[in-house]
Amino acid sequence: MDLKQVYREIVNEHNLHPGHKEPLMRPAVERRGYNPTCGDDITLQLSYDDAGRIREVAFTGEGCAVSQASTDIMLDMIEGKSKEEALGIVESFMQMIRGTADEEQIEALDEAAALQDIAHMPARVKCATLSWYTLEKILSGEEG
Amino acid sequence: MDISQIRRDFPILADESYIYFDNAATSQRPRQVTEAVERFYQTTNANPLRGLYEWSIGATDAYEGAREKVAAFLHAKDPSEIIFVRNATEAINLVAYSWALGNIKEGEEIVLSVTEHHSNILPWQMVAQQKGAKLVYLEPDEEGQIPESEFAKITEKTALVAIGMVSNVLGTENPVKRLAALAHEKGALLLTDAAQAAPHQEIDVTQLDVDFLALSGHKMLAPFGIGVLYGKKSILENMSPFLRGGEMIEYVTRQDATYAELPHKFEAGTVNAAGAVGLAAAIDYLTDIGFDEIRRQELALTQALVSGMKETGHIRVYGSPDPAKHHGIVTFNIEGCHPHDVSSILDAEKICIRAGHHCAQPLMQFLKVGSTARASVYFYNTMEETERFIAALPKVRSTLGYMD
Ligand SMILES: Cc1ncc(COP(=O)(O)O)c(C=O)c1O
Repeated sequence: MDLKQVYREIVNEHNLHPGHKEPLMRPAVERRGYNPTCGDDITLQLSYDDAGRIREVAFTGEGCAVSQASTDIMLDMIEGKSKEEALGIVESFMQMIRGTADEEQIEALDEAAALQDIAHMPARVKCATLSWYTLEKILSGEEG
Repeated sequence: MDISQIRRDFPILADESYIYFDNAATSQRPRQVTEAVERFYQTTNANPLRGLYEWSIGATDAYEGAREKVAAFLHAKDPSEIIFVRNATEAINLVAYSWALGNIKEGEEIVLSVTEHHSNILPWQMVAQQKGAKLVYLEPDEEGQIPESEFAKITEKTALVAIGMVSNVLGTENPVKRLAALAHEKGALLLTDAAQAAPHQEIDVTQLDVDFLALSGHKMLAPFGIGVLYGKKSILENMSPFLRGGEMIEYVTRQDATYAELPHKFEAGTVNAAGAVGLAAAIDYLTDIGFDEIRRQELALTQALVSGMKETGHIRVYGSPDPAKHHGIVTFNIEGCHPHDVSSILDAEKICIRAGHHCAQPLMQFLKVGSTARASVYFYNTMEETERFIAALPKVRSTLGYMD
């Protein structure tokens, strides 16, 4: 897919009409991801149910269409999942970006798989991965 | 000026499918410059200032000849007022470490503009923090021009005015001569960052009466890694060295050293002689064309960009509505489109522009934007290129899913 197709097929829908860009009333965790070179600045919010599954997801912040869409798609995918399941999705995504994911993993990434071609655009790959790194830090309980 | 003739001097421009509009970041180089560098390495390469044999003397002559060329280009009174450095950033840091740390006292003030590049902010933050001095900012108006009323911030407390000559975001020019006079009235010095001015206009440091001036060769056709600090001789003589080591000494004992005369006191270690030779060739190239011609072409291109953007719609241009006040720099945003998406989409059309905060975050905060897109032209750009660029702009919003 070339850049225009990526925009047309997935990015625009999530950028112009994000499903999760509405701050939570009572987030259990909140974490900011910031990319100083391009200024993408995204804050993720999550809440959990009693069983520890991810109940609500949201994001706020500014950034390019790729970073906004990638965040929105990611939150779609982890809503209702356990922490372990969500970490597995993050791991698959990172492997896809690094070019080491197998077909099964890519298939499971569903809509996020469309961001695969961003991995070949060195100027933009960080836009796509910012929120995934941020989520990984939340789920692995890293401080800060 | 015959543009197609000029473009033949720039091998990288031979592929006309690319449009290079990021000249404010770095210019392209004509073969006259790269060949001068190559000739240096192929005919007289040796460590300058050290050897006593023919090649080393040739290298020294080439290096010192370049210094004389820069001195004449800037209308400095004496070649020893020209210090070769890596770039404008290093030139400004040299002044911060070697002059400011020794001369600025607690409670004194350093006056800057909000429009400064980070290179002309961070060294002064360091000085202010170490010396207990204060940074005072001149506030521009909406168009980036500093109103006269702001000049009153230069007071008896001012030790230094550090001001860009031309903004790398808005292209606006500051009244450096006037500010130098005001600074001197209050007993302060003035440093000007000419990184964005030197490629586009004649600079006369004597007539401007600035105390320090910084520039980068790579923005004015010269190789990477060569820049200039101009400083008034009487001030440089009383400054301590910046870096210490070989080539900058007079006499060294186990415990002590005396330093070489200007300019070598500030050029520790083996110098970038080939870079200086390239800068001299770049100056020859620019003076051959002439800054009147350069300005004429840049203005025509800037006018085409500004009016084309206006006609395209959904575009905000920052800075003055008068293209003559842009020095070839047109910073803009397309409504609803992040500058990185703008740049990526134009990249797919082989158009090179810059997107981001342009190392001027205080200015971005002043303009209340996170980042912007910037198209910047130089004399070798063509009207056809501006037309193709303007024709490509509507693709940005359509690619991002807007229906207009
Ligand atoms: C106004 C201004 N000052 C300083 C600099 C720093 O130049 P350099 O990175 O070559 O030191 C730049 C270039 O980016 C600039 O535009």
